[in-house]
Amino acid sequence: MTAQTLGAQDVVLRLNQITKRFGALTANDAISLTLHRGEVIALLGENGAGKTTLMNILFGQYTADEGSVEVFGHPLPPGNPRAALAAGLGMVHQHFTLADNLTVLENIQLGTAPLWRMALGVAAARAKLARLAADFGLEVDPDAQVGSLTVGERQRVEILKALYRDARILILDEPTAVLTPQESDALFDTLRRAVATGLSVIFISHKLHEVMALSSRVLVLRHGRLVGQVATAETDRHALAAMMVGAEVAAPAVAPMTPGPARLTLQAACTRDRGTAPGLKAVSLALRAGQITGLAGVSGNGQSALSDLISGLETLTSGRLDLPAPPPKWTPRAAVAAGIARIPEDRHKTGTIADFSLTENAILETYNQPPYSHRGLMNWAAAEAHTAKLIETYDVRCPGPSGPIRQLSGGNMQKLILGRVLELSPRIILANQPVRGLDIGAITYVHGRLLAARDAGAAVLLISEDLDEIMGLSDVIHVMSEGRLSPEFARGALSAAELGLWMAGQGFSDAA
Amino acid sequence: MSSVFDILLTASFWAAAVRIASPLIFATMGELICERAGVLNLGIEGIMVIGAFSGWMAVYLGMGLWGGVAVAMLAGMLFGLLHATLTVPFGLSQHVVGLGVTLLATSTSYFAYRLILPEVISPPKIEPFQVLEFPYLVDIPLLGPALFAQTPLTYAAFAVVALTAITLYRTPLGLAIRAAGESPQAVAAQGLSVTGLRMGAVIVGSGLMAVGGAFLTLSAFSSFFFEMVNGRGWICIALVVFGAWKPGKALLGALLFAGFDALQIRLQQTPIGQAVPYQIFLMAPYILSILALILMSRRAQVPAALMIPFNKGER
Repeated sequence: MTAQTLGAQDVVLRLNQITKRFGALTANDAISLTLHRGEVIALLGENGAGKTTLMNILFGQYTADEGSVEVFGHPLPPGNPRAALAAGLGMVHQHFTLADNLTVLENIQLGTAPLWRMALGVAAARAKLARLAADFGLEVDPDAQVGSLTVGERQRVEILKALYRDARILILDEPTAVLTPQESDALFDTLRRAVATGLSVIFISHKLHEVMALSSRVLVLRHGRLVGQVATAETDRHALAAMMVGAEVAAPAVAPMTPGPARLTLQAACTRDRGTAPGLKAVSLALRAGQITGLAGVSGNGQSALSDLISGLETLTSGRLDLPAPPPKWTPRAAVAAGIARIPEDRHKTGTIADFSLTENAILETYNQPPYSHRGLMNWAAAEAHTAKLIETYDVRCPGPSGPIRQLSGGNMQKLILGRVLELSPRIILANQPVRGLDIGAITYVHGRLLAARDAGAAVLLISEDLDEIMGLSDVIHVMSEGRLSPEFARGALSAAELGLWMAGQGFSDAA
Repeated sequence: MSSVFDILLTASFWAAAVRIASPLIFATMGELICERAGVLNLGIEGIMVIGAFSGWMAVYLGMGLWGGVAVAMLAGMLFGLLHATLTVPFGLSQHVVGLGVTLLATSTSYFAYRLILPEVISPPKIEPFQVLEFPYLVDIPLLGPALFAQTPLTYAAFAVVALTAITLYRTPLGLAIRAAGESPQAVAAQGLSVTGLRMGAVIVGSGLMAVGGAFLTLSAFSSFFFEMVNGRGWICIALVVFGAWKPGKALLGALLFAGFDALQIRLQQTPIGQAVPYQIFLMAPYILSILALILMSRRAQVPAALMIPFNKGER
């Protein structure tokens, strides 16, 4: 079904010349689109292309500076989420809007009845929820606390929330970002069922294969502008990627290398559980010189424990961590001294100190060593010269070394972090989600630097939720699930679907 | 030890415990409503003072007792409005605003007292609420006098607990208030006003705190003294934690604390009281409360968005 074959009476949603500015940034620049009954359109674009802003305008969370929205032929008042809900719009946000300490049913009922009504009407709500769950294949326990649900189940609750409000148009913002491939497939099944009953879906994503699998029409956003609109049947992934970034992108070429000796090995390493996230369960791993070890897995399956262990932030409850020159005590400082370059998962919280200058951030790991520390006093001239060099070498776009680092974009912040650790010629590189939230230009840069470090003989551990990234860069791949580590797979040995099964916990021996 | 059991078997002990608990119950429910919506209200101590003062003054100036309760409630809601305006739409620090409201409300009371009664040495008395007995029920041993021979405000305190519990758990409004304290994002996504819910909760909660204060002057002591609230507000904040933010458990906590208090007063009259310095007895309810707090609150579920201001446009 394409737009051309549908009559005007089937239009359920029309956006007219929507423009939204945040200060000097134009997040949406005169965007127009139409959505038809029973149609799935994909909104494709890089981070910061303006997809989420557009949907927040549609949903009344922001008010557009110019332009108008029409739902089922009626104009939608701007900046009014209640009106959007009442008009039949339902949104599944990228970051779920659920209260963890309330039950599924409470979350779904929130806001559905007039506030001053005397009763909640729990029984009727329960019945309606059960019917919807059966109709759309969205099984979930209505009395479970949302905090105890898996991410996939929480998403089901979000979708049920929209359906419970009789939404006729479903908007999903990056719905698969947190799902395993199998959970994504289940989601797609649900969406196909919903579309078959006459719902319309806007699907926001930057994952090309999902867009190809699900949508009938693709709209591409770049820098806030609608740069293309094609029927899915008439395009392919390469064309879409080119449209998304404005040029053809080449996958990084990874020349095979013979790995060197192990730089760090773990033998049956165990760590404490942390709240709901598991610790390591008898993990054995070898990081070898000149090799990128990819670690795939859905977040919250022990990756943080592994990365903290290697960073020196976590200690073993049993098992061994071996280095060529073992330090007497395993601390963050010992990890730095052992030549471990740490690129932390959260560059804002653990990677940098937001209100410190670039210079202060650049010497965070070496401030107590010459030349920055001389007879107990800081040598700021040396630190600033070093930072200026990093800024130039690593192409950090910034006003200068003395401004606070929080003014930098994520990509530039990451480049400074890369420079900080790579300039120390590390023996081991721990890259935890190194490109999360970066645009394609910065991603290419970071990947290039990691590959160069590997070619220079560093042992790299790459932790990522993005299978494409893992499969593109890694020489060998492990999968983590519930704190357990899969065997080592050679590059190309497993398909994405097979890795997905391991991510979902299949294939692990129970003894592990 | 036998003297403790003797005391526990007197009807007057149980009646005193319920009476001492009453102001705590009002104020604890008030604080609980505020915190369930996500706002810590440290103005409670001062709001209790202004409630005690304004209710008493209204009656002294000629209003009826229930008129005094209404005046106290309005005064509390006014300071609640101040607190809510500063903490909810403006998103200021709830600690700083709360302590500021406590200081302002307390000093406003003392200032108004001196303004209205400049020459008075000992504060004038009013005719307080009288005990209202329920026939037949009052004859139940121990519990009868404790629960059915109290002043009307004590009965009102228990009714407030029931009303709070029903509203929070059985009505759409209560669900929205709880959600505002757990995930304001979820509330906003449904098109409900987080600001409205939180401000409403703080204003109503503050009104209840002031009625708790008014209990002291209109039901318990028949007069107003400086320092008469004497830290009860802070106890109520602990009682909310003790009750794990649940009305029923908080009521239990208030009764438990009041029971310790009534017990220590009576223990001072026994031979033990001759041997031990009375300050130890005065400390006892607080020490026992701290111990109970530690035991009870470890598994409590704090409202996830407590003390976190919500800004609509924030990304």
